[in-house]
Amino acid sequence: MRKSKASVFFANNSQLLIPVIAIVILVIFNLFRDPSFFSVSLGTNNSGYPVFQGNLIAILNGASELVILAMGMTLVTAASGGQDISVGALAAIAGSVFVKVIKSGASISPLLVAGAFLMCCAAAMLFGALNGTLVAVFGIQPMIATLILFTCGRSIAYWINGGATPTVESAIITAIGGFIPGIPVPTPILIVIAAGVLFWLLFRMTTLRLYIQSVGINQRAARLNGINFVAMKLLVFIILGACCAIAGVIGVSRLSLINHETLLINIEMDAILAVAIGGNSLGGGRFRLVGSVLGAYAIQMLTITLYAMKVPSTDVKAYKAIVIIFLVVMGSPVVKDAMDRLLKKLNAGRESSAGKAVE
Amino acid sequence: MKKIIAIVLSACMLFVMAGCAAAPAAAPAAPAAEAAAEEPAAEEPAAEEAVVEEAAAEEPAAPAEGLIKVGVVNNPPSESGYREANVNDFTNVFTEENGYDAKFFYSIKNDEQLSAARQFITDGVDYLLISAAETTGWDAVLKDAQDNGVGVFLFDRMIDCDPDLFEAAVVSDMAQEGETAVNWLLSLDLPEYNVIHIQGAMGSDAQLGRTGALDEQFESGKMNKVVQQTATWDEGEAKKIVEAVINSKEPFNVIYAENDGMAKGAVAALDENGITHGVDKDVVVMGFDCNKWALRELLAGNWNYDGQCSPFQAQVISDMIQTLQNGGTIEGLNDAKQIISVEKGFDAREITEEDIAAYGLGE
Repeated sequence: MRKSKASVFFANNSQLLIPVIAIVILVIFNLFRDPSFFSVSLGTNNSGYPVFQGNLIAILNGASELVILAMGMTLVTAASGGQDISVGALAAIAGSVFVKVIKSGASISPLLVAGAFLMCCAAAMLFGALNGTLVAVFGIQPMIATLILFTCGRSIAYWINGGATPTVESAIITAIGGFIPGIPVPTPILIVIAAGVLFWLLFRMTTLRLYIQSVGINQRAARLNGINFVAMKLLVFIILGACCAIAGVIGVSRLSLINHETLLINIEMDAILAVAIGGNSLGGGRFRLVGSVLGAYAIQMLTITLYAMKVPSTDVKAYKAIVIIFLVVMGSPVVKDAMDRLLKKLNAGRESSAGKAVE
Repeated sequence: MKKIIAIVLSACMLFVMAGCAAAPAAAPAAPAAEAAAEEPAAEEPAAEEAVVEEAAAEEPAAPAEGLIKVGVVNNPPSESGYREANVNDFTNVFTEENGYDAKFFYSIKNDEQLSAARQFITDGVDYLLISAAETTGWDAVLKDAQDNGVGVFLFDRMIDCDPDLFEAAVVSDMAQEGETAVNWLLSLDLPEYNVIHIQGAMGSDAQLGRTGALDEQFESGKMNKVVQQTATWDEGEAKKIVEAVINSKEPFNVIYAENDGMAKGAVAALDENGITHGVDKDVVVMGFDCNKWALRELLAGNWNYDGQCSPFQAQVISDMIQTLQNGGTIEGLNDAKQIISVEKGFDAREITEEDIAAYGLGE
């Protein structure tokens, strides 16, 4: 039987259905509420440079940290079958190292900022390796293993800061968190694109995807096939560490300020949610980064929508919860199976009527 | 034999479990290690009674005569810039040069604070200074202090208890902070007030106090509420809230953020969208807490107002202790035995470098 191209596409990408539906619903809802909601205009910022402005830019820009963390979280989920809940704390540590190194220099040069970024990346990857060791070598549940850093991470960040809210004023930092003079697209969006391309190349040019998935699906079978599952799990946690460093640096650079208590607070939950909305199994195995990325944008769009609707402060979380319950239920195996059955029935009905028509 | 092994094993397990319980508890106190290191007894608040007594016995006799022994129970400096300044204030005032033998304990957990306070009483301090993590659960300890002749002072935070159990409380009146700020805003006499109100964590003292006065203006219709939303003290969320308003094209001319960080987030959104802010500009920017970096924004004219929440209570308490030591009685308390800290609001048009040095928090 010949199937149409579209149905093949959906069969291969059924995982992406939920985040796409979520985004489409939010887009339609917002357009209905305010037709100019997604309009983008070219304005001027206070430094006198042309920049793109509008809700669409705000959503893409504001989701940057979440998208990067969600990508790393997807890999950890796929390989280890568990989630890292220390990403917010680790991003705070990375941000603190970044600021600390920059403030240690007499003047802020591009070289110093690059060095600071490498240092904070190294620190975050080291902590990632620590998490990875607990999970891969000692076989501890990822959520328990990362609970340690979740608990003490922000205290470590404070200790690195040596004060409550150190600030760094520099044109370079503003360029990382805001706009590079002359380029109208916010830098965090560019960083996300770069990270996405990097991941794409990584999976395109190596067999890493296959290895990660096989470790996540059946660790023992993977080992019998010569895959070092300890190294794989360690690797995904180190990659997530690097993601935390990038997210931390973006977060710090946005405001030229590091607040160890509030920097990317509660983002671990949003990152896990993005992975789940993206249709990835939280039990590990097959994964699609695109799903998590779309999930992250959907979450951000929801947040901005609630702000734009001026939902009262006390009710924001309740509204968010309702939408998320809806999405998670939609993506649940029970509903999915029911939908599949319904689709098959419809298809069967159509085919039989088509057959009749031919006769 | 098996029984003995079983007993030993279960004892081990108990010990390990106790260790598990203590480990996360110790973590938040980690940044306070510098201060706590000077006071070995305070490091193990969760230790059992017997250990406490032992530690007390081991302690050398009072190092110098004539020093007033003071135990300070506070929240850890990592909590906020406010707390950091508060902790520094107490360590700077209660020194040996000023005639005190002071010991400090920091924790965000009420039960740890309670056992530390008990230990201070056992150590035989003359005065106990408390900024409680929670308002309840203190009656027994305060009664204990009273029975042992220990004078108790509360600072920064009140405790729900009989006022007879303490000498005095030095606290901030958050509602008054909000009123001062709103009165300043009214004094600008703007033709219209379209306010973006960014709130702190809902239900916190600071949020309730700083919101109250502004809510009155919204209700009376004197000011127009463009948006009122919580960013739970998160700078990044504050930026997103303001971006949403800007993109809705609704006019606004005042940003009232309930702390400095959120004001900074709001200003970042204004900057990216080319909206001017500060003295004689399009948007009036108001913050709270008086961080040094925020006051510098005032001095540069980028912001308009910063409200103080004074973390400086040590000197007031020290003065009261001296009064008691000299046989006097404390005066100037209100009905709840409180002394309300005097709090300022800084106007960008009048602020000076000296103000920043004297009242700014942090670096």
